[in-house]
Amino acid sequence: MRRFFTLCRYQIWQMAISPSTYIAAFLFLCFMGMIFLKSISDVSMYESSESPFGMFIWAFWIPVLFMVPLLTMRSLAEERRMGTLGALMTTSVTSAQVVMSKFVACYFFYVFIWLLTLFFPLITCWYVPSAKPLFDVWQMVTGYIFIFISGAMYIAIGIFASSLTRTTLVAGMLSFSMLFVVVVGAGIVAKFPILEQSGLSWVVDSAAYMQTFRHLEEFSGSMLDTRPFFFYFSTSAVLLAITALITESKNA
Amino acid sequence: MDEISEIPNSVIVRRLTKTYGAMKALNGVSFRIAKGEVVGFLGPNGAGKSTTMRILAGLMPATSGSAHICGVSVANHPDLARRHIGYMPENNPLPEDLRVVEYLRFRAKIKDIPASELKARVDEVMETCQLHRKAAKKIIGNLSKGFRQRVGIADAILAKPEVIIMDEPTIGLDPHQILAIRELVRSLRGKMSVIISSHILPEIEQMCDRVMIINQGSIVASGSYAALRKEFIAWDKYDVSLKLAPEEFEKIVSGINKEAIVKKVLRDKGGYYNYVLRAPEGANLGPVLIGELSKDTAYGLREVSCEKPGLEDIFMAATKRSWEQIRETEGGAQHSDSDREVVE
Repeated sequence: MRRFFTLCRYQIWQMAISPSTYIAAFLFLCFMGMIFLKSISDVSMYESSESPFGMFIWAFWIPVLFMVPLLTMRSLAEERRMGTLGALMTTSVTSAQVVMSKFVACYFFYVFIWLLTLFFPLITCWYVPSAKPLFDVWQMVTGYIFIFISGAMYIAIGIFASSLTRTTLVAGMLSFSMLFVVVVGAGIVAKFPILEQSGLSWVVDSAAYMQTFRHLEEFSGSMLDTRPFFFYFSTSAVLLAITALITESKNA
Repeated sequence: MDEISEIPNSVIVRRLTKTYGAMKALNGVSFRIAKGEVVGFLGPNGAGKSTTMRILAGLMPATSGSAHICGVSVANHPDLARRHIGYMPENNPLPEDLRVVEYLRFRAKIKDIPASELKARVDEVMETCQLHRKAAKKIIGNLSKGFRQRVGIADAILAKPEVIIMDEPTIGLDPHQILAIRELVRSLRGKMSVIISSHILPEIEQMCDRVMIINQGSIVASGSYAALRKEFIAWDKYDVSLKLAPEEFEKIVSGINKEAIVKKVLRDKGGYYNYVLRAPEGANLGPVLIGELSKDTAYGLREVSCEKPGLEDIFMAATKRSWEQIRETEGGAQHSDSDREVVE
């Protein structure tokens, strides 16, 4: 375990000194700041049943599409290109430990950057105390729980994409494409009428089960369901296991 | 555990093969390295040196055969075997954005050096590799090639492994740095088994107790420098410079020693000829040649020198012999050893 924690600290340090981490954080906070401003102004100008936080969290997937690739694309691709992954594997470190430590580091920054968005409602309430009733704490808690559990799968997808190539840019593009398919694709498949008509209703059911936006709807409605937990964590575990196998075989 | 009884050998490799599709990168390689021995691993590009080293380091599985490091099977217990190895890969990959001391501390931690000994051990290797002054705090990406090589060597010896494998450790170093690394390897003799691959043959000659030459995936020669010299080169080389035509010179040489042959003639300015002569080892032709060729001042003798064949000659002879064996098995033409080269 000591070796794993050492690797985690090393990976977090590597990410902390990497410019792409700061670019991701900057772009993400700029975008989410604008979304938050828009949701606040919409609520103040028009009558809406949606809370500003619900509107804000609904746009989570747009920055995820660029933030996750920026955070994860270097993780394995860059190390393999430089040969430092091979040097790491000459010690008693296992590929599973390496992959897990990369995941932990990327996930740590993913969570950290999202937590920074808590300052948006805090700053709003600080300057406009009358806005406090607009923010339901329980809704915010469940919303962030959704962000964090779904984030585990998105980061695992990014790490997986990074293990497939030596080129950082290709890893980034692969990660973006996979995330797009996962976030948007399941929703599109679930709406294909031809599938239900041709007796493939199980495909529609599966796609519906994987629909990110349905999960988001449930969580942002202050509801905690265990099924999405199982889905996101099991998918993350499978992806990380495959990544560890790829890392091991590509290193040989 | 897959233990074997021959404890004095740190490395035992038996009939190791590695194939990539139809291509055989290693073809039944077998060797042993004793504890504390420094062994040079030589071979032309693509001969299988790096493949062998990567298999020993547990980075790559062999297709068949076995490799044991300190009695531990690399294939069956790669994690355990790696604990006994310090490996410096060919291009010495290092993280560009860490400081030397940070990197070595990180490597010490993942190599399971106890926390209480960590600082002292890192300081010790930095001092051994002369990294303890300004270089310790420098970002690795800003280091010169020589200092990067030192960081790689410091990492390899950090956990005091029983076996150190260094792939081209002196590549790109200046003479001062090469001397320092030579001294470092000397200091490891008797304590750790060291395998060094290099293309710089004089380096291997000076640093190693034993030399292994690999060609076409097979070990074609193995032994001490003296033993290899005896096996592959049973002759001495003489350089003679004088104003005597090749025919007459050959006549005189055959009169002195019938087995001596002129290998190379180079026509020089002022009517001089520079000859390269081969004679059986220990024939001691020098004094006789000087005596015979000084009798007539018209010969204009200006140089007679004897040159003992070096590792370069052994390397060439061993690889040439293996090529000839391959050609013979393939039914190709044989190359004559007695061809004389004439350069105008």
